[in-house]
Amino acid sequence: MRDAHWIFRILAPLLILGLVVACGDPDNGVPDEPEEVEMPFDMETAGHVQGMVMYEGDPPPPEEMDMSSEPDCADHWDEIPTRDVVKVSDGHLGDVFIYVKEGLEGMDFPTTREAVVMDQLGCRYTPMVIGAMTGQTVTFRNSDGLLHNVNATPEHNRPFNISQPVNMDTDRTFASHEVMIPVRCDVHGWMRGYVGVVEHPYHQVTGQGGTFDLSDLPPGEYVIEAWHSQLGTQEQTVTVETGETAQVSFTFSEDMLGSHVPLGDPIYPFRGNHAAHEAGDQDHDHAPMAPAPEGR
Amino acid sequence: MARRLRWLGMGLAWLLVLPGGEVAAQDGDLERGREVYDRWCASCHGVEGDGLGPAAGYMLPRPRDFTRGLYQIRTTAGGEIPTDDDIMRMINEGMPGTTMPGWQDQLSRRDREAVKDYIKSFYPPFETMDEPEPLDFGRAPRANEERIAEGRIFYDSIECWQCHGDAGRGYGPSAPELEDDRDYPIRAVDLTKNWKFNGGGSVEEVYRRLRTGMDGTPMPAFSDLVDAGFMTDEQLWNLAHFVRSLAPEDPPRVREVIRADKVEPGEVPRTVRDEAWDEVEKFYIPLVAQIIVLPRWFDPAIDGVWVQALHDGDEIALRLTWHDRSRSPDPAWMQWQERVIEVMEPVEGDPVEPAPRPDRFAVQFPPEIPDGMERPYFLMGSSDRPVYLWRWRSDQDGAEPARARGMHEVEALSGSIEADALWEAGRWQVVLRRSLEPAADDGRLRFETGVPIPIAFFAWDGDNAEEGTRGSVSSWFFVYLREEAPVSTYVAPLVAFVLTGGLGLVVVARAQRRERTLAEGAEDDPDPDVGPDTDPDADPDPEARPPP
Repeated sequence: MRDAHWIFRILAPLLILGLVVACGDPDNGVPDEPEEVEMPFDMETAGHVQGMVMYEGDPPPPEEMDMSSEPDCADHWDEIPTRDVVKVSDGHLGDVFIYVKEGLEGMDFPTTREAVVMDQLGCRYTPMVIGAMTGQTVTFRNSDGLLHNVNATPEHNRPFNISQPVNMDTDRTFASHEVMIPVRCDVHGWMRGYVGVVEHPYHQVTGQGGTFDLSDLPPGEYVIEAWHSQLGTQEQTVTVETGETAQVSFTFSEDMLGSHVPLGDPIYPFRGNHAAHEAGDQDHDHAPMAPAPEGR
Repeated sequence: MARRLRWLGMGLAWLLVLPGGEVAAQDGDLERGREVYDRWCASCHGVEGDGLGPAAGYMLPRPRDFTRGLYQIRTTAGGEIPTDDDIMRMINEGMPGTTMPGWQDQLSRRDREAVKDYIKSFYPPFETMDEPEPLDFGRAPRANEERIAEGRIFYDSIECWQCHGDAGRGYGPSAPELEDDRDYPIRAVDLTKNWKFNGGGSVEEVYRRLRTGMDGTPMPAFSDLVDAGFMTDEQLWNLAHFVRSLAPEDPPRVREVIRADKVEPGEVPRTVRDEAWDEVEKFYIPLVAQIIVLPRWFDPAIDGVWVQALHDGDEIALRLTWHDRSRSPDPAWMQWQERVIEVMEPVEGDPVEPAPRPDRFAVQFPPEIPDGMERPYFLMGSSDRPVYLWRWRSDQDGAEPARARGMHEVEALSGSIEADALWEAGRWQVVLRRSLEPAADDGRLRFETGVPIPIAFFAWDGDNAEEGTRGSVSSWFFVYLREEAPVSTYVAPLVAFVLTGGLGLVVVARAQRRERTLAEGAEDDPDPDVGPDTDPDADPDPEARPPP
């Protein structure tokens, strides 16, 4: 009995020490994994939305980009590069940001793990339009090896302006929903890109074929918005049923050129607490030169 | 002892400051902040803090929009909100190179704190976000030739010149296209004028701007570059040292009288490049916006001119040097002109159209040397008191004599003024030359030696839409043509130098002897302030001085 007591005396501190070592210091070493968020609905019940974005009429003539100030970029292209602000092939419209605008409120989705990349190649953003989830890593890549700066001017996220004078990647994340965040390079005034940030994974940018595919949505009714940098926005309401694929199509047309293009429209009207601002409207009228998306 | 007193003083100051800081956070002081703001700040920054006050349209860069929580000058990382101290610094010291004045002497400390809190309230995330951590900037390594040379290499390799230009005068290939976060045109800063830097012109401040960037402007942050290992922190310091080295040690001093020394007959330099100019003293004349005669102009591109003058008893020559980002008319700057007109066109006079305009410069004299201090109206005279002008423009050879009775009434006189001009790397240099005797007695000045002659200057940057009343002006200064180069010019300073030096040595020797006798065995402690080899670059930290 006495001996056992003695052993216990020695073992107890060792045991505690062992526990401490095993648990480790939470502040030391690898950063805490973000809390794993599960999909907030039963995936067995999911349905899908597919669709296509069409364009009617003649697209504006492609505008040549004068890259003479940056011969390395000019040399990158076999022909004089053009500013394809309205990218149409066979009546299908590319570079349209499609996302679920309404219908997912109150649901928490796991952050998309893969980074989304916006490359700077031949003094153009490739792709020109990207979508990301809040908290998802967005990688701005310089493949040109000459000075670019990535100047993001959001309204509701914090802005940044990164210098990239060499081939390099810089990662950033966006904390808040914002459609869209303009990105520009001040060294090469013709470079304009757009990042759409939403709080869920249901977003896509149309390619040449103009198609999009938002799969695995919980059943319900949604407002889907299509955003284009020159043609503005359109909305459609769609009902998603388990196992079904709902079809949606958007048609933009020539006469929509120059329509109001929302950039960073306020989601949370910050200015509400100042008396004269109660209306909270006309945010764009305040700026004599409202952000012009491309060219001026 | 002095040091101890300082600490005591700082301690006392803290005791006084601390309660004040707490009070500032209370609602009552937010109300006070609103009163102060509405009275002093709202006319530019807007009652709602959106930077759109009634005066904002007359300013470029535009006043800060506080609703975005975006601040250029911070000690925090790029894109982060500023610390309270960062905002206080802007309120206290203002922003050189912009219309923002410092308020340290205008408002009480309590009012400034209150207005700071009120400004923060325009961007509610200030309430919920943690107070940001200022970055650790370390200490500046001492500047030396190697560091500056390495900084130059980085200036080239990371392409600072794209905006600031090879010689740093803000004329790089991207400069005409730059815009701020609100799409207003913005100039790449002229790195040779560090006294106009928004966030201060010391090497430490330059380094901070490199680390943090200047949010809301095209100036990016370089911290990522250091973090990613493309550049070491020390190399970034070297870049800062190089940038600092582009500007003079001290901002130019403004003096009332431009001295024109006398040279041997026939030796008045005729060209800009003549080496004789290298020895001639430069007098800096600040130029400001012409905002009196309609139509006014609130965005002049030229803010100063260096004047050198020589005469030989027969002719007088002036060499004028001013920084101008383009040799107007330059097609690359046409879009700049369009944008500047769009945002700055005053609602007065005929509408301004973008057009290829030359750069212009004018030197103004009275028609004759006045007896007293009375001079014609500085803005090109008046109907009863005309002025005599030399008018130069970049698209013509020579310069033109003229008579003006106000800015709207200028008539050319016959003949011409000899001129030689050169634009290079963001800088104009123009030599204007005329005989002291006038060519005709029709209101042209007869230059005389030994009397102060009133002189004033006007400058126009064509690519900035400037001409007529839209330009920069100076007030009256004087040019003084010395009669002979007296021997005393050379001898007096030498005598003074020798005397001062000798006296200094005597004083030092006496002090040292006295110290030795008084404190035998005490530490030898030479006074660092004595001796001609005091390094002008040395850190002027008063604490480094040993206590008396």
